[in-house]
Amino acid sequence: MSIDMAQFHQVFFEESFEGLDAMESGLLNLDLGDVNVEDINTIFRAAHSIKGGSGTFGFTAVSDFTHVMETLLDEMRDGRRKITQPAVDVLLGSVDCLRDMLQSIQNGSEVDQSDVAEHKLALDNELNNAVPSSPTGRHAPEASAPKSAAVLPAEEAEQIAGWVIAFSPHLHLLKTGNEPVRMFRELAALGQLTTTVDLQGVPDLDDLDPEECHLSWKLRVLGDIPEAEIDEIFDWVEDDCDLAKQPIYKTSTSSAQTQVSADIAIKPVTNIVPREISSEFASTSESESNAPERKSGKKEEVKAAPKGSSSIRVDTSKIDTLINMVGELVITQSMLSLLGEHFELNKLDQLKNGLSQLERHTRELQESVMNIRMLPISFVFSRFPRLAHDISSKLGKKIELKLVGEHTEVDKTVVELLSDPLVHLVRNSLDHGIEMPNVRLAAGKPETGTVTLEAYHRGGNIVIEVTDDGKGLDKDKLRAKAIEKGLIDPEAILSDKQTYELIFMPGFSTAEKLTDISGRGVGMDVVRRNIQALGGNIEILSELGKGSTISIHLPLTLAILDGQSIAVGDETYILPLGSIIESLHVKEDRLNRVAGKGETFLLRGQYLPIIRMHQIFNVPTAKTTKLTEGLIVVVEGQGLRCGLFVDDLLGQQQVVIKSLEANYRRIEGVSGATILGDGSVALILDIPGLVRLANQ
Amino acid sequence: MSEIIELSITDQQDAKRLDTSLQFLSFTLGQEEYGVDILRVQEIRSWEPVSRIPNVPAYEKGVVNLRGAIVPIIDLRERFQLGHSDYSPLTVVVVLQARMADKTRIIGVVVDSVSDVVDVNKKSIQSAPNFGAKVSTEFINGLVSVNGRMVMLLDVDKLLKLDGLDGEDES
Repeated sequence: MSIDMAQFHQVFFEESFEGLDAMESGLLNLDLGDVNVEDINTIFRAAHSIKGGSGTFGFTAVSDFTHVMETLLDEMRDGRRKITQPAVDVLLGSVDCLRDMLQSIQNGSEVDQSDVAEHKLALDNELNNAVPSSPTGRHAPEASAPKSAAVLPAEEAEQIAGWVIAFSPHLHLLKTGNEPVRMFRELAALGQLTTTVDLQGVPDLDDLDPEECHLSWKLRVLGDIPEAEIDEIFDWVEDDCDLAKQPIYKTSTSSAQTQVSADIAIKPVTNIVPREISSEFASTSESESNAPERKSGKKEEVKAAPKGSSSIRVDTSKIDTLINMVGELVITQSMLSLLGEHFELNKLDQLKNGLSQLERHTRELQESVMNIRMLPISFVFSRFPRLAHDISSKLGKKIELKLVGEHTEVDKTVVELLSDPLVHLVRNSLDHGIEMPNVRLAAGKPETGTVTLEAYHRGGNIVIEVTDDGKGLDKDKLRAKAIEKGLIDPEAILSDKQTYELIFMPGFSTAEKLTDISGRGVGMDVVRRNIQALGGNIEILSELGKGSTISIHLPLTLAILDGQSIAVGDETYILPLGSIIESLHVKEDRLNRVAGKGETFLLRGQYLPIIRMHQIFNVPTAKTTKLTEGLIVVVEGQGLRCGLFVDDLLGQQQVVIKSLEANYRRIEGVSGATILGDGSVALILDIPGLVRLANQ
Repeated sequence: MSEIIELSITDQQDAKRLDTSLQFLSFTLGQEEYGVDILRVQEIRSWEPVSRIPNVPAYEKGVVNLRGAIVPIIDLRERFQLGHSDYSPLTVVVVLQARMADKTRIIGVVVDSVSDVVDVNKKSIQSAPNFGAKVSTEFINGLVSVNGRMVMLLDVDKLLKLDGLDGEDES
């Protein structure tokens, strides 16, 4: 039977990357003073799943590497090894290394062997030098076995003379339809079999459930049998028993060589495993077990962004909602078609009801479909604890990273495009924002700096804020720097907001020293460009000595937009609702002209330029060209406010954004098109583009 | 000539016919008769009002909704400077597929009327005469005589490329 394993590779990679993310966050969350066993178990399970998967798919480099990690983790889990910061750092490094390995395998490129070897060596050193916290008998000397073998784990070169198998079925084994005797018979077919049964677990007759399996066995089968054949026999019961197997080598002396990665001792997971067997296995080497861990590892619901893959994982409940919705839609449709077959005018009410139902269902369906594309922002946030950890240890700063509102959901596309700009911003806060501990103390601030990442919904937007309580932006310094770099005129009068926005200009960096973390001045302008490309904007608030807040406003989704239809002549355009501040009739005395041409109007003490839509779009059918007769819609885009002069406002509706460029080309002042209820096409306006058009 | 052979190969036309003849949809613009490769014709529709696009040449009439896709409509009469004619429900829009950098684009062209589907022997296609700068013939693949009338064979891809409709931003 040959199955093309390659078809499962993608799933394996996704699961592995999720596992790695789980390990990483688990490691970062470890409180060294008070270690939660469950945390270690989570990390261990993830490592184990990766090892199992990579073994199955034949990625031996990965499984060998993970094996060493697993060994280390297992000792920690059993409490045989103290968890120290260096150990955690080594493990974190290994997680990175593993991720690189998996990525290169996924891309079909060469794995960086030197990097792998380096991390492996670090792991081995960690394995070997630490003194187990409670040495157990013969185990201790083995832990310091030569590490060379682990660097290049020797394939089982020795002649296998047979296997010792500890087989402890879970109570429900028989109920799953498995019969140990049959398995033993198959084993016996492979070679000479001796079985020892352990009756310790058998309860008193009164308590005995005859359908439960209380027995466990120690099996010894002699002969040159490949491991795979043994595995095959136990394949079906893997998840329903504790299984450990150990090869018997022909020459007893050579077995010492393989004992490096030795120490996956069999821990009695249930009490059924008789003590003498478990201790015997602990004393020998190389064993594979932990079937229950593997099982629960799979169940583990760890979500993380599958990098570079276009698939998406959807909560089943979301799909169920969708199916319900479609069901309702079908019912409504059949009701309507029934109505249509024998329609009489007195059924008009029914028809109207049906139609409004149809509308409601369609809208709900649309919402739930959009919902599927929504991912929690934690997909992006989850990488920052690691970033904070690395940077703070590198710079010797004390930083606490707070994540707020990680469950806020955003469109998948936004999530993917958001991560790079955010990394930049957080890095900036960590590097430039937060001061060194002594500086902070001197300034009367707590020694530990706080960086807060917060996400929340406001209107149709998602707002993401990066706040630090660091030194804040120095306006005078910004100004001086900008003048020095020739970015602004020395005489220029800038508002606070404009001053802060200087840091978004290309080639602007105030860091006195360039570090390898940030400060090359290529960052912020790119960040702003990326955010704007997503249809959002970015703002800075800062107070010298108190800290800064950078907030990003983004549309929730890129495919659907809350729009306001406006009429210019007999043409209809759509304005993104989020960009509209207000609409008003303007009075003659509020209108002014600048240099005889540029029209402005006064709104609460502010002179705003007027853009005449009929003029810049050359609409021949405009109802009116008198500013007082039409409407002024005050809009904002890229921090610029202006008044759009239109004939009328029509209505608000959600519109589906369609690309103009797919069959046509980009048009200045237009960000896309949509199809209106009557089937005609309306253009969606792009405020910054309109401003540019008006300035031409 | 080489261009036409290339064209027909990409169209994967019936192998036998490929050797000798091509099929063209012919239509009229004023007094002139044009032809486009029939395999590029997606459908023929009647004129319906378009949504105007601001600040584009007058011959780009606007866009319509073609089953969910936004499709530009170009008036070929105006494009070839043959004067304007009023649109009526009988005005015909030929929806063409053009290939650009391995993408297929859909575009509608307004013509006066569709005449016929003509079989053209490849050997009878003559190359377009060169009028220098006076008359642009870049998008004419060749000339062919059908029942004594001259039919100009249009190269759809080239036409769109010349109009900057290949999606590349000119500005």
